[in-house]
Amino acid sequence: MSVAVSEKNITSEIAAGIEKSLKTASSETALRKEALENFRTLGLPANKAEEYKFTPITRSLEKNFNFALQNPVSKINNVSDYTIAGVEADVLVFVNGVFSKETSSIKSTGLTVLTLQEALSTKTDLVLKHLGKYADAKTDAFIAWNTAAFQDGVFIYVPDNTVVEKPVVLHHIHDAAQGQVISVNRNLIVVGKSSELTVLEKFDSTGSANFSNTVTEAVVAENAALNLYSIQNDNGPRYQFGLTQIYQSNFSRVNTYTFTLSGKLVRNNLQFVLDGEGIESHMYGLYLLTNDTLADNHTVVDHRKPNSFSNEMYKGIMDGSSKGVFNGKIYVRPNAQKTNAFQANRNILLTDKATVNTKPQLEIWADDVKCSHGCTTGQLDEEALFYLQARGISKETAQAMMLYAFAGEVLDNVKHPVIKEYLDNVISERLHKNF
Amino acid sequence: MLTIKNLQAKIGDKQILNGINLEVKPGEVHAIMGPNGSGKSTLASVLAGREEYEVTGGEVEFLGKDLLELEPEERAREGMFLAFQYPVEIPGVSTINFMKTAVNQIREHRGQPALDAVSFLGLMREKMKLVEIDQSLLNRSLNEGFSGGEKKRNEIFQMAMLEPKLAILDETDSGLDIDALKIVSNGVNKLRNKSNAVIVVTHYQRLLDYIVPDFVHVLYKGKIVKSGTKELALELEAKGYDWIKDEVSVA
Repeated sequence: MSVAVSEKNITSEIAAGIEKSLKTASSETALRKEALENFRTLGLPANKAEEYKFTPITRSLEKNFNFALQNPVSKINNVSDYTIAGVEADVLVFVNGVFSKETSSIKSTGLTVLTLQEALSTKTDLVLKHLGKYADAKTDAFIAWNTAAFQDGVFIYVPDNTVVEKPVVLHHIHDAAQGQVISVNRNLIVVGKSSELTVLEKFDSTGSANFSNTVTEAVVAENAALNLYSIQNDNGPRYQFGLTQIYQSNFSRVNTYTFTLSGKLVRNNLQFVLDGEGIESHMYGLYLLTNDTLADNHTVVDHRKPNSFSNEMYKGIMDGSSKGVFNGKIYVRPNAQKTNAFQANRNILLTDKATVNTKPQLEIWADDVKCSHGCTTGQLDEEALFYLQARGISKETAQAMMLYAFAGEVLDNVKHPVIKEYLDNVISERLHKNF
Repeated sequence: MLTIKNLQAKIGDKQILNGINLEVKPGEVHAIMGPNGSGKSTLASVLAGREEYEVTGGEVEFLGKDLLELEPEERAREGMFLAFQYPVEIPGVSTINFMKTAVNQIREHRGQPALDAVSFLGLMREKMKLVEIDQSLLNRSLNEGFSGGEKKRNEIFQMAMLEPKLAILDETDSGLDIDALKIVSNGVNKLRNKSNAVIVVTHYQRLLDYIVPDFVHVLYKGKIVKSGTKELALELEAKGYDWIKDEVSVA
């Protein structure tokens, strides 16, 4: 089979590059080496592999990237085009995967914010206690690749009983104006007992084809809270694998917000382990797709203990010949009684060429639980459009009103006022809001 | 104001209107009655510009314009209003925002400046009283979770806000208990004046006790087969529609 051979080729090409980089030993080399073996064993997903059925990511990488090339050096020294105006935050900027000290600003007190490389040398034990313990490199070749080859990233540590008011903003900027860019970044977030933190990751790119493999592990201790935003709004053709792996303890609360507004091929894995009681987890997602963008959200919620609550709401509007993919797995383990787990995925297709594939997967081994899921896909409601028009509202405005209302259900849940305003503006512009 | 000549329309392959003729002048109230399936709601829908219906013949003039050439929103901006038989629920769009958008797009069409928030709220409060509707209802998503009566009152509230030249009430009375019917009728009556007109499409005579028509037309098999004054409605109520059907088949 020629297809199978080519996946092996690209896997071994990437693996050979990683192996070379591992010659200088450091504190995490053992972790990296083990992950490299996992990467070789798993191999990049074959065409139509179950977990990547609608997302031909390996083929796209093979077609658009040369893994022997180095990233070009970026000339970007001003990132104001990408930052969120008015948000008071610690800002860490990575350009082509490399930390940009000049454009970053870290002021926070009460918490530790370091690049992962710096944390690995100055807080080695603390980092190694958590790094790679949640994102399982044995389960997915991209996770293994990331663990073996991460360049840098962010380490955030919030000690117990600390409420961090200002968010931490991470910019993942790709400057591919001089040629292809491939970045592998890794973030580790540790939120101590009864502490609170907000983190926002923003992805931007310019130029030609670029690929990022970004893994974020977040550990949320007892009674702590974490809000995690991801805004994907690339101008350039970014191909992307992202994993956010969250581990929650008793009475912790986590809200994630994933906004996919542009890009070429976006694969988001969002995985929650609810390893405690009284936990709340909310997952909000909105994808507004145009042209030939493909956005694939794979989510997993693993209820391991009784009395926790998870709620997931993903909504998508597909225009042009874009493709949406949603896969939502919910596991309720045998002793996770009294679990409440809800999931909804709603889609609007604006053209005949746009498609969506949505699949809920609930596996419930406990018998005293409340679980529900619902998927809908359709066009804009013609009857509702007519109703608005019959009151004198133009068809364009009527359409924008309905789409904005549809997206608003996700936006309403954004808590941070400045982030909310920013997203509201971006979404309003995208949906041609004129009312 | 409205002149309908030999109007014919179909939906899919089904011919529904078979040559309607009707003349409505300012200040008049016309009732259109008829058995189920006679084409009453189709007539209302065709006049408002619903796309599913294809006009296959005839013409409609509204205030000097060729109505059938206009988009639904243009008809509304010219002064036509359809009170829906089944008002649509639109989650996430509040009645207030919806009405503000509608009022201002209509004002723009008329060359008037947009209403600011204060004047809009003032206008809204005044019109809310007409149909005894509560502001909390208008803050909610349009018609979502409203009772049948609340939906119909919201229709008349919108009519009050937009001050149409011609209002078509499509079975506004069906499903209403008598108290709600009185509120709705009272609202419509207060909005009537010498320069506007109302077409009341209804299956039941009961509504016409409250909104008294100048003319009553009986629609059957897509044609107006009989026209008269309000006494015709009482006769229909007493005798049913069968005698009309018999008359038509004899003729």
